[in-house]
Parts: sequence; C-alpha cells; structure tokens
Amino acid sequence: MSYVTVRGIFQSYGPRPILERVSLDVARGEFVSIVGASGCGKSTFLRLLLAQEQPARGEIRIDGAPPAREPNQARGIVFQQYSVFPHLTCRDNLVAAESFGTTRLGSFFGARRAKARQRAMAVLDRIGLASVAAAYPAALSGGMRQRLAIAQALAARPRILLLDEPFGALDPGTRLSMHDFLLDLRREVGMTVFMVTHDLEEAFKLGDRVLVFDKPRWDPDFPEAYGATITYDFDARNGGVPYQTIKEDTHVLDPAPEPVASPR
Amino acid sequence: MRLINRRPTRIALVALMLIPFLLSLLAYAAGSAARRADNPADRLLPAPAQILATARALVTEADQRSGEILFWSDTKASLTRLATGLTIAAAIGLAFGLLIGLIPYAGATLAAFVSVLSMIPPLAVLPILFIVFGLGETSKVALIVIGTAPFLVRDLAQRVAEIPAELIVKAQTLGATTAVIVLRVALPQIMPRLVQALRLAIGPAWLFLIAAEAIASENGLGYRIFLVRRYLAMDVILTYVLWITLLAFLFDLGLRILARRLYPWAGAAAR
Repeated sequence: MSYVTVRGIFQSYGPRPILERVSLDVARGEFVSIVGASGCGKSTFLRLLLAQEQPARGEIRIDGAPPAREPNQARGIVFQQYSVFPHLTCRDNLVAAESFGTTRLGSFFGARRAKARQRAMAVLDRIGLASVAAAYPAALSGGMRQRLAIAQALAARPRILLLDEPFGALDPGTRLSMHDFLLDLRREVGMTVFMVTHDLEEAFKLGDRVLVFDKPRWDPDFPEAYGATITYDFDARNGGVPYQTIKEDTHVLDPAPEPVASPR
Repeated sequence: MRLINRRPTRIALVALMLIPFLLSLLAYAAGSAARRADNPADRLLPAPAQILATARALVTEADQRSGEILFWSDTKASLTRLATGLTIAAAIGLAFGLLIGLIPYAGATLAAFVSVLSMIPPLAVLPILFIVFGLGETSKVALIVIGTAPFLVRDLAQRVAEIPAELIVKAQTLGATTAVIVLRVALPQIMPRLVQALRLAIGPAWLFLIAAEAIASENGLGYRIFLVRRYLAMDVILTYVLWITLLAFLFDLGLRILARRLYPWAGAAAR
C-alpha cells in the first residue's frame, strides 16, 4: 500500500528543467534516502514533498490526501541549519511544536502550559538534553541542536519526516552518534522518513531504500537542457544486499525460493 | 609586527580612550584663556570654571517668575516629546516592518511607498505640521515620528525578510498560522533589531526635537538653547549641549543593556 504517492512530477525554474517524470511509491514506515550529485534536484524534490513549492506538473499525495499547497502539519522538516527557533530555549522549542498548531496565538497558558512543559522535559530527558533545557540553541553543539530539531519536528506528530542533509554540518564522530539516535528513534516511532544526504554510506546505513537522482539524458553542449529523475532505486535493507527478504510464506524448506524479478 | 596586529593593553586602552577627550578640553581651556587675556569680558569662550558655576546655578536655582528649575522642566518636556515620538515611531516600525517583510501582498503595496516617504526631508514638512497640528506638543512629536518612522519601517522590514526561510517553513510544518508566525517567530526575533534600530534613530530624533523646539516652543532643551543664543550666553548653551550629549549617551547605553538583558539569545547581534 502506497503511503506517499508521487506521480509524474516535472519542475523547472524558468526555462531550466530541474526534475522530469519523477514517480514514486513509498510505503508507510519506510526510510528513503535520497542521494545524487549537486544540482540534481534532490533538494528540489524535498521542497516539493514539503509543499514549499508547487510542481509544474504532477502531484504528490500523502496518505491519499489532496496535494498540499503550502507546508503543513503532515510534514515535519529538519534542515541542515536554522531548524530550531533561536529565541526560544530548548524546552520552549518543544512546547512551541505543540502550541503553534493548536492555539490561536501560538502560546499555552496556565495548566495547559505546565503540562506541555512537563512533556517537553520528558522528551528532553529521553534525547539527553535535559541538562540544557533552559539554554538557548546558540549555546548547544551542532549535534545537540539537530537532536532538538528532530525531536521538535516529531513533537508536532507529522505523517512524514523530511531531513535535508541533517548531519551535513556535523563532525564524523557526532554524525555516527546521530545515526544511532535516529535509528533508535525510528524503532520507537516507525516514522516514514525522506532524507537527502551527500554521504552514500549514511544513505545505505539508515535507509530502507536509496534513491539516486541523476540526469538520464545529457547534452554535452547544453548540460542544462534536461532535468533529473530517479535513476536508481536500491533496496538498502539487510546491509544493501538485495533478495534477502523472503516475502511469501514458503512451506518448502529446500530449495530456496526463486529470486523475484524486482527487489520490491 | 604589522600595525593591524598590534593591540593596546588594558591600561593603554583606557588611556587612549581618554586622550581625545582631554585634548579637546585642553584646547578649549587654552582658547578660552587666550581670548580672556585679550578681553576679560569675552563671552564667546567662557572659562571652564564659569561654565561649571553656571551649570550649578542652572540645575539648582529656581526661575523667579515660574518658581520652577528651568533646567529640569526643560529636560522633562524634551524627554517626554522624545519618548512619545520614538515610542510611536517604534510601534509603526514594528507593525509595518512585520507586514512588509512577511506578507508579500503588503510588501508589494507598501514597500515602494515607504521608501519614497523616507526620502522626504522631515524638516521640510515641519511648516505643514505647524499648520496642521498647531504649535503645541503634537507637531513636535509628529516631526520626530515622521523623521524616524520610515527608517524604522524599512530597517525592520529588511530584518524580517532576513529571518531564515527555514524558520518560517519550520513554523508552518508545526501548524502555525500567519498570526502565530508573526507573534511567535518574527516579532520576537526582530525585537533586538528594533532596539538596535532605535539606538541609531536617537540621533535624528534629537535633531528633529531641537529643530522643532527652536522654531516654536515655550520650553524644552532646544528652546532654551536658541533662546539664550540672543544673549550670547555661551555658558548656558554649553551646559545644555553637554547635558543633551550625556542624555543621548545614557539612552544608548540603557538600550544596549536592555537588549542584552531581554534578549540573551541574540548574542553578538544585539551588542
């Protein structure tokens, strides 16, 4: 069953085509890594998923809902930077994730605020940021800030989580611990995730699927003539070795089932 | 070592900072002494001691006619006008800055208009203000507002537009409406900028205040300076000028401290 349905997306900036004929079905709970060279439309595709911009043609549906015309609560986003509000403390960043969408003025008062703060503290405790609850994001390290950003995005209970090179600005050690953090979190919440990354290893380590964006047609005299699309769709489960998941219930012990034609 | 890499020590910093002040004082004292050597009754450059004596009399002795100490009633009148004008200008700056910076339709409608408005020399419209609002308080406050509000609107609109798009998108994915984004994302983030812009606007605000008071007023620091000019009372003028400078300096310092206290998250941006 397709949870996120992408059909026939074309996108161009002025006369310059960026994406062409992008279609995709993603099941609920899948982790999709998106890789590709710079300028190959990965980030554009993420912005389209986010509904920050509208495709020239085609449509994107999440859980069958009509295509969104602006970013909404169905989508959670974590950017490489500027992902948390600098003027709010860590705790209030999490409280804001609840109050922004549920109140007229964006603030909780009274008992509701106290409860939201308690929940925020519980989350901070779980992601290891309880000691900096009262600190502003500027005082945090890059890894802590991204952990807060992910927790904040999840606190609004989105249908899909979009990550735009979330660990791109982190040092290698922090990056590894962020991978563990994300994997743990995923095991807990089973979120459908799209992650754009430059790091192939990261893409295969975290993703169930790795999509490669590239230009299928190439005019050497006019490299901008054609847009990019999904050129590879790898099965990245089981360490990236395909045909490991036996889908049907085989009642025969031997021989091994025939490999199916497609990895899906 | 290159000149750009040489740094004064802590003591040298203080000494260097004081040098231009002391030199100006010395230059004044020398000029004053020279003139008074020629003509003991010279009024142009009164002796520092005389200025001090005048200043002491100004801040302590009541006016015989009104029974008030004019120095303080002038200060009160001027500061009230200045504060009223700047408060109104700040409110206008915030409201229109947010509108123009955040809402494309408002920006398309107002941005060009505000930039043209800000080109009007405020002093050129002062006569219009006197005609429309009369010679009372309103016209003086209006001049300060007209003189500083367009700058504040433009500056704050620019600051709002500089808020990273990521944050605005993030707020939308958290379900924020336009009102919530204005109140909880954009407004708090430009408050330190407003304080900074106000610090820059205080200079022009004093200029407009003194100009308005000089032309038509019954009290105020600017009024007093222009009044005693007729008697060549340099000692009074200099006392008032020093006092205005001190007030402007304290305003600036106060706003800086306020920004640091209220918006600790803004870090270097608010300093």
